[in-house]
Amino acid sequence: MSLPGYNFAYLDEQTKRMIRRALLKAVAIPGYQVPFASREMPLAYGWGTGGMQVTAAVIGPHDVLKVIDQGADDTTNAVSIRRFFALTAGVRTTERTAEATIIQTRHRIPETPLTAAQILVYQVPQPEPLRKLEPRETETRRMHALADYGLMHVKLYEDIARHGRITLSYDYPVLVNGRHVMAPSPIPSFDNPKMHRSPALQLFGAGREKRIYAVPPYTSVESLAFEDHPFHPWKANEACGLCGATDSYLDEVVVDDRGGRLFVCSDTDHCTTRRAAGHRGAAAGHALAGAGE
Amino acid sequence: MTTLAPGFADPPLAAQAAFRRLLDAMARPGTVLSLEAPPAPPPLAPAAGAIALTLCDADTAIWLDPALRTPEVIAWLRFHTGCRVVQAAEEAAFAFAAQATAMPLDRLSTGSDEFPDRSATAVFQVARLGAGTPLRLTGPGIETTTTLRVEGLPPGFIEWRRRNHTAYPRGVDVVLVAATSIAALPRSTAVTVG
Repeated sequence: MSLPGYNFAYLDEQTKRMIRRALLKAVAIPGYQVPFASREMPLAYGWGTGGMQVTAAVIGPHDVLKVIDQGADDTTNAVSIRRFFALTAGVRTTERTAEATIIQTRHRIPETPLTAAQILVYQVPQPEPLRKLEPRETETRRMHALADYGLMHVKLYEDIARHGRITLSYDYPVLVNGRHVMAPSPIPSFDNPKMHRSPALQLFGAGREKRIYAVPPYTSVESLAFEDHPFHPWKANEACGLCGATDSYLDEVVVDDRGGRLFVCSDTDHCTTRRAAGHRGAAAGHALAGAGE
Repeated sequence: MTTLAPGFADPPLAAQAAFRRLLDAMARPGTVLSLEAPPAPPPLAPAAGAIALTLCDADTAIWLDPALRTPEVIAWLRFHTGCRVVQAAEEAAFAFAAQATAMPLDRLSTGSDEFPDRSATAVFQVARLGAGTPLRLTGPGIETTTTLRVEGLPPGFIEWRRRNHTAYPRGVDVVLVAATSIAALPRSTAVTVG
């Protein structure tokens, strides 16, 4: 069961009610950022406190929680958040995407397609897609109110004028439900198409910036682009060294001090599952393969 | 001395369970779900009571229709949630109506252009969910279209919903309640008859 002396899932009930009210409004207005009274969590802002507060408000004793950090289940951030909820909510945790009912993520969407029975909770550092273009909250808020996204299109156009293409490879802005421009959090643009009409509910929490937003199931999520410069999700043109996958998002890992490099699946569960099924990459058997097992 | 009906037996777990159903209902408009709700003082429907126990507290002003403005209902809500009961529907974060016709549709807050989330959630008690007038729903959370049958909607509801949808992203979100069942119609859902 949960930790003695603490409320179920750490947060007190009044805080959960406040977050739950914000979540319901966020779901009712897809892509719109709802301000919320973000709390201090027992780890610093920037380590997923927004996602944790959303997870704490949503999670129940029958949930199975998976936490990933850049696709990996075994990094410090993922391990400590998973342990936090195992301790405070007494929930079962898993590294298998298909087994999870709630997946808290930092900067990736799992390769395994999500189902209607799953909730994806994103940790968001900067929820305002217009913030780098306009520092004033009053102004960005008005732009969202008026659906005035000219500034964003100018930014994308300037990219094309200078570099011949849109140079954003992560946190690539999307238009949700044809109305609100939204930051998908720093997921690679490779993952953007997975948000579009996903059967899973997607919730976003930004702890330091005190915003919650959401994308309900089967909602249109369109990556911004131009007719003559369509959206191209970016991915390394390689195959995973360990499992040989060519359709998954890859991390480039420096493996020695002589310039040796290896491309491996960023989604550790995806890679492990494929290797267990007998798939082999060019560097199969590399010491890196042991890290996730 | 009057006795007060109990609220949730185990508030953290019961509120979590009820909230997940509400979240699911709001994320999948038109889906009829049931809440595990303790009996609320009549005429407050158990599911409407569970919504209040789950979401309302000292930070939320609630409006009650005349049928619900009984000493028992007010005492129960105040004791278990600590919410403020207001007379002006404009101030309410949650509006509850036991008689759906009594809901002051055009007085509820729709939020502002900058803060469309600062809007009311209207909880209508209807006779039945899953039977009655078919409503055709489209929008976020619905794969193509879906049909929700409701018995006991107030006259003018569809026309009000049309205006409400036109004002998007401003608007009022609706939860329909019958006994222990709920179905949600967030502002993003387009509703037509048929």
